[in-house]
Amino acid sequence: MGFLDVLLGRTKPVQPKLDDLFALPSAAITLQAASGFTPTGSGSVCFRSVEGKTFSDIQDDVRELLNMDAGKPGGGLPVEVTRDSFGFTWLVSSHMSDEMDALVTDLHAVNSALVDNGFGPQLLCTLVAFRDAAERRLALVYLYKRGTFYPFAPLSGERRDNALELQTKGVLGDDLKIEQDLTKWFPVWGAPGL
Amino acid sequence: MARTRYAPDRGLTARMTVTMFLLGLVFVAFVALIIGIMAAAHASAGAIVFIALVFGGGSAFISLFYSDKIALAAAGAREVTPQEAPELHGIVDRLCALADMDKPRVAISPTRMPNAFATGRNSKHSVLCVTEGLLSPQLNLTNEELEGVLAHELSHVAHKDVQVMTYASLLAIVAGLLVRFAFYSELFGGGRRGGNNNQAALLIPLIMVVSIVVYAISFLLIRLLSRYRELSADRSGALLTGQPSALASALQKVSGGMQRIPTQDLRAAEPLNAFYFAPAVKLTRGGGGGGGPSLSALFSTHPSLERRLEELAKIQRQLGQVAPH
Repeated sequence: MGFLDVLLGRTKPVQPKLDDLFALPSAAITLQAASGFTPTGSGSVCFRSVEGKTFSDIQDDVRELLNMDAGKPGGGLPVEVTRDSFGFTWLVSSHMSDEMDALVTDLHAVNSALVDNGFGPQLLCTLVAFRDAAERRLALVYLYKRGTFYPFAPLSGERRDNALELQTKGVLGDDLKIEQDLTKWFPVWGAPGL
Repeated sequence: MARTRYAPDRGLTARMTVTMFLLGLVFVAFVALIIGIMAAAHASAGAIVFIALVFGGGSAFISLFYSDKIALAAAGAREVTPQEAPELHGIVDRLCALADMDKPRVAISPTRMPNAFATGRNSKHSVLCVTEGLLSPQLNLTNEELEGVLAHELSHVAHKDVQVMTYASLLAIVAGLLVRFAFYSELFGGGRRGGNNNQAALLIPLIMVVSIVVYAISFLLIRLLSRYRELSADRSGALLTGQPSALASALQKVSGGMQRIPTQDLRAAEPLNAFYFAPAVKLTRGGGGGGGPSLSALFSTHPSLERRLEELAKIQRQLGQVAPH
């Protein structure tokens, strides 16, 4: 925030950074080779919905758009819309585990629909789920406002596997822009699609 | 440049600019007058002004530097970890990620009055504190409403309101001290002056009068500025969450709750008033009940509930409109 913004007590809503999301498919390959985690094929976009009909109309349009290919080869399952206890909306897109590109394209469609309609600042994060042979869960979370990724590995009972998260950070350091400030790795307990 | 729906409130910006300009004007006039008086002057008057500046500036600096610790101690608040208050931390985490700002520390104060405040000189040293009353089941705030309150407080942090208000109050602090010092020096120093020191005998009352006037004007301007900063924080908070009406209903619940709480709690909370979400002390409305602004509105640190709700309704309408191209 600039000096004038402070003086005048105003905040410009932060616009999301979208481009870095496309680094995900190659990162998924690295992750699989280095630590045995494979994509589950599901990913989600989390945003704060705005009250009023304008926003809910846009949300419906996006859903319709994504569901057009559902059931066709490579089109994935119909998107699920859920609302978490914090009042944030999650659009979950499910594909086959080898359709990472299609998944990222779906996620990007949600982003661009919101940004094009002037609701870019409402985007919170996007999440892509992974699992290994031992059924350990891992998610890569993309923070829209910072344009960075961080790993999130939930264990049972709202605990996190910090060792696995730090290991993932090391593995993906070259492929993704990893969030360096560990205080920003906020947990997303019970995130849909994880 | 991405298209945006978040139009700035030019009216509010303009009013705030004018207020700050007037404060600056009073400041310059005050300094000029004091220098003028000192030029005509005499060591004892100069010493008083110097001491007031050092004391006033020093105390303002200390209170700014330790604002987080002072406020937490005054509210009897305790910092809580994510394990102790997972819900609260979860909401703050998400809001900070949405606004791309550093997460402040989170504290809970054992006060039954529902309220929240944020303080600290910058975002790295800030703390966001809510009272137990705000989280209590009697008040029954929904998660969206609580989020609205927290977004309002985070906006205060983002706008660096503690710093701005400290600088704005600096003048009033110095002027207030000058009045007191000049008064004491008149009281105790009067006997020592000889007949050839008539000039000083006139100067000190003059400083006192000037300081009183400056104090009164800057006091009103600071209160006005504080009310504008509250409206700004409401606005930024509502835009951040996208739910102006959740904040509006939280405001209604919180101010309704405050009228039922016993007064001893209110008195204890008074020094923190300027940083609170809603004022702890409800000033009674002027008895006249006419359409004009009442005296209490002029002195209050927070805008009236009606005014805040009206502004939030305006944001609600803006968000519902078709995106400006």
